[in-house]
Amino acid sequence: MSYRVLWLQSGGCGGCSLSLLNAESPDLLTTLAINDIELLWHPSLSEAGTAEFLQLIEDIEQGRQKLDALCLEGSVMMGPNGSGRFHRLAGTRRPMFDVIRSLAGQARHCLAIGQCAAFGGITLAGSNPGEATGLGYHIAEPGGLLGVDWRSRSGLPVINIAGCPTHPGWVLDVLCQLAAGDFHESHIDELNRPRAVTDHLVHHGCPRNEFYEYKASAEKPSDLGCMMEHMGCLGTQARADCNIRPWNGGGSCLRGGYACINCTAPGFEEPGHPFTETPKIAGIPVGLPTDMPKAWFVALASLSKAATPQRLKLNATADHIRIPPGRQKEEES
Amino acid sequence: MSRRLLGPFNRVEGDLEITLEVEDGVIRQARVNSPLFRGFEHILQGKPPQDALVYTPRICGICSVSQSVAAATALAQAQGIAPTENGRLATNLILATENLADHLTHFYLFFMPDFARDAYRNQHGFDTTAHRFKAQQGSAAPEMLAARAGFMHITGLLAGKWPHSLALQPGGTTRPVEAAEKSRLGTLLRAFRHFLETRLFAAPLEAIDALDSSQALDAFAEQHPDSDFAHFLRLSDQHRLQLLGRAGDLFMSYGAYPDESGEHLFGRGIWENGRQQTLDSEAIREDLSHSWLNAQSEPLHPWQGSTLPGDDDDQGYSWCKAPRLDGQIAEVGALARQLNDGHPLILDLVRHQGGNVRARVVARLLELARVVPAMEDWVRALRPGASFCTPTRPIEEGRGAGLVEAARGSLGHWMVIRHQRIINYQIIAPTTWNFSPRDRDEQPGPLEQALQGTMVGNDDDPVVIQHIIRSFDPCMVCTVH
Repeated sequence: MSYRVLWLQSGGCGGCSLSLLNAESPDLLTTLAINDIELLWHPSLSEAGTAEFLQLIEDIEQGRQKLDALCLEGSVMMGPNGSGRFHRLAGTRRPMFDVIRSLAGQARHCLAIGQCAAFGGITLAGSNPGEATGLGYHIAEPGGLLGVDWRSRSGLPVINIAGCPTHPGWVLDVLCQLAAGDFHESHIDELNRPRAVTDHLVHHGCPRNEFYEYKASAEKPSDLGCMMEHMGCLGTQARADCNIRPWNGGGSCLRGGYACINCTAPGFEEPGHPFTETPKIAGIPVGLPTDMPKAWFVALASLSKAATPQRLKLNATADHIRIPPGRQKEEES
Repeated sequence: MSRRLLGPFNRVEGDLEITLEVEDGVIRQARVNSPLFRGFEHILQGKPPQDALVYTPRICGICSVSQSVAAATALAQAQGIAPTENGRLATNLILATENLADHLTHFYLFFMPDFARDAYRNQHGFDTTAHRFKAQQGSAAPEMLAARAGFMHITGLLAGKWPHSLALQPGGTTRPVEAAEKSRLGTLLRAFRHFLETRLFAAPLEAIDALDSSQALDAFAEQHPDSDFAHFLRLSDQHRLQLLGRAGDLFMSYGAYPDESGEHLFGRGIWENGRQQTLDSEAIREDLSHSWLNAQSEPLHPWQGSTLPGDDDDQGYSWCKAPRLDGQIAEVGALARQLNDGHPLILDLVRHQGGNVRARVVARLLELARVVPAMEDWVRALRPGASFCTPTRPIEEGRGAGLVEAARGSLGHWMVIRHQRIINYQIIAPTTWNFSPRDRDEQPGPLEQALQGTMVGNDDDPVVIQHIIRSFDPCMVCTVH
């Protein structure tokens, strides 16, 4: 029996679906087919619209249609004043949050696809004009639409595949594991995110690691150096495998030359400082690498700065490699 | 007169609802509703100006780079800087990759599957169409997805990832390219060209660009019957798509892909009744009379505009505003771009039958053929070792506009800065133009006009409406944002 998935979108940008289309080896549709995953409905891919879709929702709510996984992409829109009028299901006057809550109650598994559905995300930045929230969390607090301690029929909480957007592999791995009956509570972290993603730091596999080790820092966009000291990069704190499992054939934010903004963490949308500037106190970045004692970091940083090879010092503030490895003496002479 | 409420529509980006008033099987009036409001204009209030580069791409996951380029352009204008030459080329390449990937996604995943629906099962050639284009099952989608994902490696290389990149900056791009990478970009483009020349067109891209009349297009379809393009043209004849979906026939383009002199690869302007005029973006006003937003006393330019959600009043029927150019409705998109660029094939198609479903799809596919060679030129012009980005400057006070062409048409950002903070940020997206509600003069928006007069008979869920809607390639998440 195939694993049946219904995918809904609410207060988001659709970017997690579009990112999913970037799946490779094999492509998205083939990956789903060979893992016996059936999309009952997906807003970008399905044939059926309007009346057939509304019938499908009714069938699931009445228990006539089995639902293995509800995937929600985008925040849940509660506004204005809790009415849900900011997003009503087209063709009905029904607030989308009511549809989501009802279908979540029928689904064996419930997946929040992306930062918005997981924690509220970009949509609740600033004054949160839409009264946006997540499915099982409101930023870092359990609750959201479904409430504290909510569990799906399988007994699992909402699985938070955070990220803005999600990597296609993150979503497909979880769906394939669920379809195979091979995804368990031990596979999620303290915020219900897949540990396959969050047991890593974005720092792991960063091609700028040598610059980091010697605190040879980038000072402006397109510089090659480490972006932690000045450019706002949170890669040493952000939990994701972006540099182990790259994007679009070999990219990542850091490989693209810009800061990691920690988009798998709740609250990333409001860092309290400009995203691409590192906040500092007395010249020392406020946010230190994960699990590193401050005294250690300060001592190591000053030591490594004193020992920075000329090659790294020069390359860090250039936009192409000025001195290749092993040629330092040659260039200096 | 009967009233029908239709929605939700899938294979459009985001949410859409349409109310039709039908008399004797013909649509007399259509009202288009964009049912989702998120409030990006509010989110941006009080933010540091450069943070717009983080927030605005997240308006939309399918036009993400367009939003970034509009924000970066507005910031550059406010700062009084310009991107470096490499930065300009790389920005064009990243934006073109997104735009072309969107055209491809539209054709194969959104538009064509409608012809494989059961409603058409008695039509001649249905089995062949279903075999190739049936949603999720047809042979075309996996091929197209693989080609598209490979093509998107250009964004992996030049922009880190897609969607939602921070590589696009006011001074250029953050990812310098070395000589070997420049060569790799060329290979990625040739691989994409190969897909287009074997599957979509079954002909060289240059032969598509050279089509200069309706007759030349018909002859092409006969000579290359196995191409997906010819397959579409046959279906178009069968369903008379050239007679569907005509709107007001005033077409606007901000101009696409700037060159070193500030001119565009595809020219800027307004096209109406066979004549092109100069576009003055200061003549844009946003009318809120039929939206669920608190109306200003009169329609304002986005420099002065606001976006304040209001009560569920009787007159409003959408969260979308109604942008107007000098009081007139304007259609935007690939068709508008190619008309304003004066491409002979598109001029000929519109001269005979105005804007319509067929012409919109042809213009989109024509852009695939025209932009890939331009991208090859841009890659050749990259100079490894030269600068990709000039540093940004802090802005105490100022304003900037970013007017770009996204896949679906004209996208504008207007940003006002005071005390190093954003104090107003207004956005008009392509589908805000195309799917706008009525204005205070009761002028319907382009889609509303395009649906009026369409024969739908007694069908509750007529497929013909789907063709008309999708011919605009709507992006509903951008529309209201």
